[in-house]
Amino acid sequence: MTLLAVSGPHIDFAGLSPLVAVFGGALIVLMLGLARSRFARETLVPSLSIVTLLIALGCGIWQWGERSDLIAGALRLDELTLILTFLFCVAGIATVLLSWRHVAPREAAHGEYYALLLTSIAGMIVLVASQNLVTLFLGFELLSIPLYVLCATEMRRASSLESGLKYLIIGSVGSATLLYGLAFLYGATGSTDFAGIAGAIASGGDLVSDPLLLTGIALAIVGLAFKASTAPFHQWTPDVYEGAPTPITAFMAVATKAAAFGVILRLFDVALIDAAIDWAPPLAVLAAVTIIVGNVGALGQSSLKRLLAYSSVAQAGYMLAGVVVASRLGVQATVFYLAVYLAMNLAAFAVIVARERETPLGDDIAALNGIGASRPLLAWPMTIAMLGLAGLPATAGFIGKFYLIDAAVAGDYAWLGVFIVVGSMISLAYYLRVIAAMWMRPSAEEEGAAALAPPPGQQPALAGASEEASGLRAQGEVVFVAVLFGAATFVLGIVPSPLFNLVRDAGAAVGLL
Amino acid sequence: MTLHLSIVLWLPLVFGVLAMTVRPKDAGKVALLGTLLVLAYTVVFLVDFDTSSGGLQYVTDETWIAELGISYKLGLDGLNLLFVALTAITWCAATLWASFQDFEKPRLFFFHLMVGETAVLGALFAQDLALFVLFFDLMLIPFFFLTGMWGGPKRIAATTKMVIYTLVGSLLMLTAAIATGVLAAEGSGTDLSFAFSDLAQRSLGERSQDWLFLFFAAAFLVKMPAFPLHGWMPDAYRNMPLPALAVFSAVLSKVAAYGFLRVCAPLFPSAMEQFQTLMLAIALAGILYGSAMAFTTTESRLILGYSSLAQLGFITMGVFALNGQGAQGAVLQSFNHGIVVAPAFFIVALLAARAAGSEDIRDMGGIAMRAPALAAMFLVVAFATLAMPGSANFAGEFLILLGVFQTKMVFAILAFIGVVMASFYALRLYIRAMHNRTGPRVQSREMSLRDGLVLVPLVLAIIAISVYPQFALERTEKTVAPTATPAGEVAGGQTP
Repeated sequence: MTLLAVSGPHIDFAGLSPLVAVFGGALIVLMLGLARSRFARETLVPSLSIVTLLIALGCGIWQWGERSDLIAGALRLDELTLILTFLFCVAGIATVLLSWRHVAPREAAHGEYYALLLTSIAGMIVLVASQNLVTLFLGFELLSIPLYVLCATEMRRASSLESGLKYLIIGSVGSATLLYGLAFLYGATGSTDFAGIAGAIASGGDLVSDPLLLTGIALAIVGLAFKASTAPFHQWTPDVYEGAPTPITAFMAVATKAAAFGVILRLFDVALIDAAIDWAPPLAVLAAVTIIVGNVGALGQSSLKRLLAYSSVAQAGYMLAGVVVASRLGVQATVFYLAVYLAMNLAAFAVIVARERETPLGDDIAALNGIGASRPLLAWPMTIAMLGLAGLPATAGFIGKFYLIDAAVAGDYAWLGVFIVVGSMISLAYYLRVIAAMWMRPSAEEEGAAALAPPPGQQPALAGASEEASGLRAQGEVVFVAVLFGAATFVLGIVPSPLFNLVRDAGAAVGLL
Repeated sequence: MTLHLSIVLWLPLVFGVLAMTVRPKDAGKVALLGTLLVLAYTVVFLVDFDTSSGGLQYVTDETWIAELGISYKLGLDGLNLLFVALTAITWCAATLWASFQDFEKPRLFFFHLMVGETAVLGALFAQDLALFVLFFDLMLIPFFFLTGMWGGPKRIAATTKMVIYTLVGSLLMLTAAIATGVLAAEGSGTDLSFAFSDLAQRSLGERSQDWLFLFFAAAFLVKMPAFPLHGWMPDAYRNMPLPALAVFSAVLSKVAAYGFLRVCAPLFPSAMEQFQTLMLAIALAGILYGSAMAFTTTESRLILGYSSLAQLGFITMGVFALNGQGAQGAVLQSFNHGIVVAPAFFIVALLAARAAGSEDIRDMGGIAMRAPALAAMFLVVAFATLAMPGSANFAGEFLILLGVFQTKMVFAILAFIGVVMASFYALRLYIRAMHNRTGPRVQSREMSLRDGLVLVPLVLAIIAISVYPQFALERTEKTVAPTATPAGEVAGGQTP
């Protein structure tokens, strides 16, 4: 009987294991968040989130070296997927640590907060693994929607709500544009599958100049540029970064960016590789504009989160240079830079989180004044992070920039290499301002800000205030994140070889180059 | 394959980190010990140096980042030997000087000072273009902190300006360095490598050479500084703490001159010829402008700053004479100027201490009466600055002018004006500070034993090199002369 021959597609659960782990963890965390015990909500939930991410990380390491198509070719398991999964998990763990005693999960309920975070990470994994236009969009939305909510989790602060709303509206416009572009791509090539698209472009002689394909590529670039916050589609970035809870800002800055670049690499360097003549020149211009706009925009900022937002725009421009060259070297340089960028930014954001709790100045640059003397464990990671973001030697940022410029020059885009260094020059003006604040200005305490502090021996008469204050003081996990990623930035600048080895496999995995 | 250079290179950093761990008042002593060990090692190098060979000695060659073709390759030859000696001597003197002073956060100060020495030594030892660029850029970071944390009243603005100004050049150099490696590898169809020995064998097209050279020149000219790229210099000199300023002016500016000889001459020979006239013109402008500024300004730090600008003009001129004499003169003069300007800055500090803290020469005068030994030291330094016949500076300037005379006579004749002006500003500084009417708030006294401990060895070194410049010349000539000769002969004379 033919009826018996019907069978579902083979599903390789081992290959899917990181994704399964994150989804499973999200469900457990959500349920556990309903528990009444305070211990369960405030300690068990974040701990379980970290465990979930560690399990996903472990599954990724277990699957390292495998290359296969999952779920009937919807997803691709290879080193590029896995290395980016590692980045998402590391960023997620750091975000959980930074959120541990933060006000945002307390206001939004711990279960929801961490479940949304995990769901967003799952979306990122789907996104960078996708090799089908439909899964691509699915991952894109799965990553975005939880983030819209997470941005607004500090419900009693208007700017947080504003940030969430702004991100929702602009993100939706970006998603719609992307979806429209994907539809055009399908229309032009007759396939939603990346291999099918690549095959159609390679075989069909004049498809490269087909207006349908060109429109599709243009719209896809715009949609992805929103998510990667490259100019001129970056305007939402400073406002959203500033308003969102700082741990979420850190997460968006590193993980969302890595996801966006992961999918850009997959879509352009795999599916559309033979149409490089269509998209490489406009992307190169986009990269150059992004570098200049991001760096100039950061110059006058006094809010550290806005400053890092513009800096992240500029850094996206640097990384686009690695995409533009459409070579294996370019893929490797981009992935390398993503990893390095993660370390530098997490160190910086951890310091901002710590200072937001220690001073009444929030994320103003003045909050860092004089911490070189008073809080060396925060000042050194921040210094290394700033030097690294500026691309100075003895940090991983230098090696990363070196790699990107190397890829740009080797891909006949030497002028883009010059743009990268011109951008670095401009960026020094604001990165050095941060360093100068830490080491060369007297601290707020010394400058007679004693008036801001409550009089000695007298606690503000608010319920639970003393508990709150002690909670703010003890923030070992935040300092740990700062020191860990500061040290990573430094060590990877001296011994980059392990990262190079991982990245080389990722580059080799992008097979069509 | 030896470890010697690696030991010397990392010694200062190790002692800098050690200085962070001891009690604040002992930090200076730990750092001093580090610089003394470097100095001792350098003396061994100077004595042990094989003068008959033009090649690299004590080579260390390890792959560092295989993917990027960067190797950890260090070597010592006639070109960098004198620069290394200069670094060791001046750093030792500056650390000794600083360890006698009282200031805040001494541990961090000495840490940054030591990082600076490692970075400079790294740039000098590096035999790999990428490694050179890395250390060259790294040099700046400790001085950013030294100026910004312990500097004068406008220190933050001054240090930011200095770093941005100089890094504009350095980052262009980074692009050019990467492009040099990539283009050379593409041209010869080999793997990417940044080692100087590999790069020198792979020729670059003339058009690429031109833009690469200009990018490198931008970095070096800003660092020197050369006219008209010296905009950062006055503020930085005014605000930098004195021990840092002494090594900065004595050594860091020379590393730029060294860069021309190490990088540009062997790798971009046709561009060196192409831009010879332009560079000579810039050098000449620097000599005239620096000298003119030096005898009009009254701030003693800036007199020394502008005189350095003029001296670096001479050194640049020697490099771009594109012959053996010019280049040897440039190397010798780099050493001479460094070893003269460092004590000069310490003397300025002593003068300021006697003139109620003012570093303006209008507030000085008559200091020699009560301080004859100090005056004698100062006189030796001043005579060396103005290149008195008999001083090593005379030999250096003579060689430079001789070299330029043979290739571009007009520039040599015009540069002689600078020699005359040098005697004017050097003597003006000496006379206005030491003699003349005693300044209104001057309270002169003899220099202390501690001051003498710093100054006397430096002055003795000046005298020693003046008496026997041959010691330096015979160690440099085998390497330097072939490096600097024009394009056609370079390929043949290139050291392995």
